[in-house]
Amino acid sequence: MSAPYPLVHATASAPLGQRLTVAEEVLKFVRTKPLGAGGALIILGMMLVALFAEVLAPYDPYRGDYGLQFARPSVDHWFGTDEFGRDVLSRVMYGARIALFVGFVASFAGCTLGGLLGVVSAYWGGKVDLILERLMDVLLAFPQLILALAIASILGPAVQNVVVAVAIPIIPRAARVVRATALSVKENPYVEAVQALGALRRRVVLRHIVPNVMAPYIIILTAQLGGAILTEAALSYLGLGTAEPTPSWGLMLSGSAPSYAEKAPWIALFPGIAISLGVFGFNLFGDSLRDALDPKLRKV
Amino acid sequence: MRTYVAKRLLLIVPTLLGVASLVFVIMRVIPGDVTLLILGGDQAGRIDPAQIAAMKRRLGIDQPLLVQFGTWLWGVLRFDFGTSLWSGRPVVEELLIRLPLSLELAFAATLVSVLIAIPCGMLSAVRQDTWVDYVIRVISIGGLAIPSFWVGILCILFLVIYFGWGPPLEYTPPWVDPWANFQQMVWPVVTVGYRYAAVTTRMTRSTVLEVLREDYIRTAWAKGLRERAIVVRHALKNAMLPVITLIGTEFAFLIGGLVVTETVFTLNGVGRFVVDAVARRDYPVVQALVFLIAFGFVIVNLLVDLTYAWFDPRIRYR
Repeated sequence: MSAPYPLVHATASAPLGQRLTVAEEVLKFVRTKPLGAGGALIILGMMLVALFAEVLAPYDPYRGDYGLQFARPSVDHWFGTDEFGRDVLSRVMYGARIALFVGFVASFAGCTLGGLLGVVSAYWGGKVDLILERLMDVLLAFPQLILALAIASILGPAVQNVVVAVAIPIIPRAARVVRATALSVKENPYVEAVQALGALRRRVVLRHIVPNVMAPYIIILTAQLGGAILTEAALSYLGLGTAEPTPSWGLMLSGSAPSYAEKAPWIALFPGIAISLGVFGFNLFGDSLRDALDPKLRKV
Repeated sequence: MRTYVAKRLLLIVPTLLGVASLVFVIMRVIPGDVTLLILGGDQAGRIDPAQIAAMKRRLGIDQPLLVQFGTWLWGVLRFDFGTSLWSGRPVVEELLIRLPLSLELAFAATLVSVLIAIPCGMLSAVRQDTWVDYVIRVISIGGLAIPSFWVGILCILFLVIYFGWGPPLEYTPPWVDPWANFQQMVWPVVTVGYRYAAVTTRMTRSTVLEVLREDYIRTAWAKGLRERAIVVRHALKNAMLPVITLIGTEFAFLIGGLVVTETVFTLNGVGRFVVDAVARRDYPVVQALVFLIAFGFVIVNLLVDLTYAWFDPRIRYR
């Protein structure tokens, strides 16, 4: 089975002699990848909203007002209010925190653990590789959402448990991709050379293999970010993620929201837009990053 | 080729055994006792312990775990997945009631999205970095970004507001009343299919892009072939392999799509059945479903790999 992401190690992609500064790299990225820059802008906006939710949100996201149930979107409540009279805009803003927290922590943990397993598997080979690969096969064959669902039911509804439930299915996917690259990096003459020079295994792995699998690692990390946010939303929607009254986007869409379709469609509208926009930003950015890191996809 | 097939078939055994053990362990680790749930609530001490023990014996979950596991595995080998702890009916029977709906949904969604996705992906690649490419890319990235349950909710909002729609009470198979079936299934298919189409479009685009850089494409241009012949006959054919793989890798997502879509549209399919079964701690049902899904996943991926090996002899000899 081949990995869904192109596998490249792109350390040698910068032309020799003209190292770009970070600022120049960023400018180049913005100029050549306008869609990716747009994605980065969305992510940045989302981060700012999450960081400064206390300042930006017009109301307390937890406090209901029973005189104000199902208020239409207005100047006072831009996104209207929900069935408890809570301000939807404020809840969407605080929801960015949960989404980003789960997204970043889960995909970072899942990809790092998976990446390490992939490097170990590729470098040690033999029995270690065989056993790790079978383990990854098992995790891959286990339906992703059902695995997350089962883990979430074991651990109970809490944000940190959702992180675990979202991270575990990411591990085998990252391991696959990183292992494939590490296998080809391992065959390079320079690895043979340092081994011949008597370098310790640890040194070979940490100094020569790990840096060269960073590109696929970063690619899969950005690719998983959006997916992690979606899984969190799906879990919360199914009632196994974060619990009420936490303002999580998936949770805001679950249960009662669709049943108020006629009365108050905005309750189901805005959290969905927030999820889509956030994941859209991450995907646009990740996509362009992959194009930039992968010399094969560059326009000739 | 024969050794390759044999090797791949042998590798299925440990994977499925691993899945079987994992799902068995997970279901026993999930807190919440099924006997208490069946007897009504978990108010500790209110239910007679003798009654609980009797119920456990009746359900066959009073045995040691290893015995239970052995019995279950032995059953799986004979395609006997036991009986549901809740309904008391054989799990296979319960599944067969719900399978036609889920299969139709999965099949229709795959078919529709592949038919849309491959031409779009190809067009996007051939016209890279033009407005056509940007439009197709934005729509397809959107398909990955928009949660399928929200697409479902939007469909329902739309239907309720404009058509006074209510959820169908019972599934009508296409062979009974094709029109009623179409009305029931079209929105769920859109919900599941959008994501599928998006993923396939993106894959087609990037593989066609890669293939278009190959030397033989330049040769084809140099020969003076028309663009259409080059793209369809030379590029697309060679770009199709990774797209076929995608059917395998996306299978897991398809199942996830079924779970949420069936929940949104309150369809009585396999996906919703598994969510309910987890919530009700119906061990045999979850075990059977996860095992069968994993089995399907492994078989689909095996077929994909074999197609690959068939097309590309280099893989066989590795």
